[in-house]
Amino acid sequence: MVEAVLKPGGDAATALYIVAFSLFIIGIKQGTHPTTAKRGNLIAAVGMAIAVVTTLLLDGIGNWGLIVAGLAIGSAVGVVASIRVQMTSMPQMVALYNGVGGGAVALIAWSEIRHGIALGEEIPLDTLIPILFSAVVGSVSFWGSNIAFAKLQDLIPTRPLAVPGQQVVNALLLIGIVVACVILATDNSSPSQGLFIAVLVAAALLGNLVVLPIGGADMPVVISLLNAFTGLAAAAAGFALDNVALIVAGTLVGSSGTILTLEMATAMNRSVANILFAGFGGAPAGGGAADGEERPHTAIGAQDAAIKLAYADTVTIVPGYGLAVAQAQHAIKEVADELEKRGVTVNYAIHPVAGRMPGHMNVLLAEADVPYEQLKEMEEINPEMPRTDVAVVVGANDVTNPAAKNDPDSPIAGMPIIEVSEAQQVIVIKRSLSPGFAGIDNDLFYEPNTSMLFADAKAAAGEIAAEIQNL
Amino acid sequence: MSLITEITIFVLAAFVGFEVISKVPATLHTPLMSQTNAIHGIVMLGGLIVIGYADDGLEYVIGTIAIVFGTINIVGGFMVTDRMLGMFSKKPKPKAEADGKGGT
Repeated sequence: MVEAVLKPGGDAATALYIVAFSLFIIGIKQGTHPTTAKRGNLIAAVGMAIAVVTTLLLDGIGNWGLIVAGLAIGSAVGVVASIRVQMTSMPQMVALYNGVGGGAVALIAWSEIRHGIALGEEIPLDTLIPILFSAVVGSVSFWGSNIAFAKLQDLIPTRPLAVPGQQVVNALLLIGIVVACVILATDNSSPSQGLFIAVLVAAALLGNLVVLPIGGADMPVVISLLNAFTGLAAAAAGFALDNVALIVAGTLVGSSGTILTLEMATAMNRSVANILFAGFGGAPAGGGAADGEERPHTAIGAQDAAIKLAYADTVTIVPGYGLAVAQAQHAIKEVADELEKRGVTVNYAIHPVAGRMPGHMNVLLAEADVPYEQLKEMEEINPEMPRTDVAVVVGANDVTNPAAKNDPDSPIAGMPIIEVSEAQQVIVIKRSLSPGFAGIDNDLFYEPNTSMLFADAKAAAGEIAAEIQNL
Repeated sequence: MSLITEITIFVLAAFVGFEVISKVPATLHTPLMSQTNAIHGIVMLGGLIVIGYADDGLEYVIGTIAIVFGTINIVGGFMVTDRMLGMFSKKPKPKAEADGKGGT
């Protein structure tokens, strides 16, 4: 079908790979700056195209029917999924893509070791060890990402699922995996495929068990960490296959992904170890609320809310994931427009992890044409809070919980929050008093200057905008 | 390629990755994670290579699934990143300044 022209590991192929990974580096570099990010992504994609075409031209590439089918199916799924996915579902989409990447690594490792066994010769350790590493990490990443996806998609409960003796089971699994890998490596003339499959399964189990107990609020950090893991697994596959493009690209993702993970964890004031091994404590009710008891709160309607807002001088909107779920960004923008017509200063306070990933909320608000300069970061807006007349919390919860500041025993103690309780008045638009992603009660709802507007965010915003017009 | 050459490349690439990523505005964390996620889709190349020497039914299946997975990772990853970043490039026209103070 296509004449193989390049020798694997030869100068021409390597030169093309160098072009490809240089483009990855430039792409990532440009991806760190708002004005160049889109171009950076395109540059990286071009690098990927070069890497794929180069590989297809390598000597020894065969089974073209399957290759074409695989590429066609994968492209079709990727294109359709990316076009159909809602902006609000981006985080779980990334989790899913990361998962299939990890799955691919694990499968390649399996195929490699089968090939090695079939050859009947001793598999050199500098091939076998990377194979084992990529099999374990790929499998953990695949299953961990799927669990992360299922949690974000609400297919399984987002609350931390605690299993007794969890850490012990995980530790035993990990030890078992390492021991099995050592046995496989010492028997490198004829490693047992059965034992290898057992390793894959144990790693799958470990991926499930590590991510299941982690609360939904920490999921972005987990996805980012698994992203870095998949990168390292890809690099290991590169060692096994003597493929420089895999080594460089995988390592780049591994190290840059690690940095991103640390930055995200810092934004939530959580250490990565803490997230992985502690989960959010088992007690669902924080802030000293007795279970099941309803605490006193003030409920208001859209008209009252409209009056409070229309006669304020400064209004700060604190959007959260609930806004995204309700697709309320456009309706909220309408409210802001009405207020601005009346001379009210409107700002948006964006928590670093508002939505379900850092930067997620900015994307959603940009989609609704909210001017960039009205988006204030947490550090910028918090000192302004005492001078804010009305803070409107739309579908945000944990990121506004004063318990993070006031209650050292709270599971989210120390997490940076938007200090809305400092504002003169607070309106919380939310469907109920139910706890947020972290699974804990929010003290803000019961403060004397807080009014609760129980409604769907989009419907409520629409009503408020109409009421303001009528004033 | 000798192992030590590969390790050299690995270490250098690790440092490049650390360096290139510093000082990212929080706004770009999600798109950037998504972009690096697409880049590790490069494992698909491994699928292309191993299916070349697949020689039984199971290996054909494993290899094909690996290619499908890897391609989803690449194509979906880059496209979804492009969509996210598209939200930023759409320059909202500067809003007319609110005229003085209204309300009370």
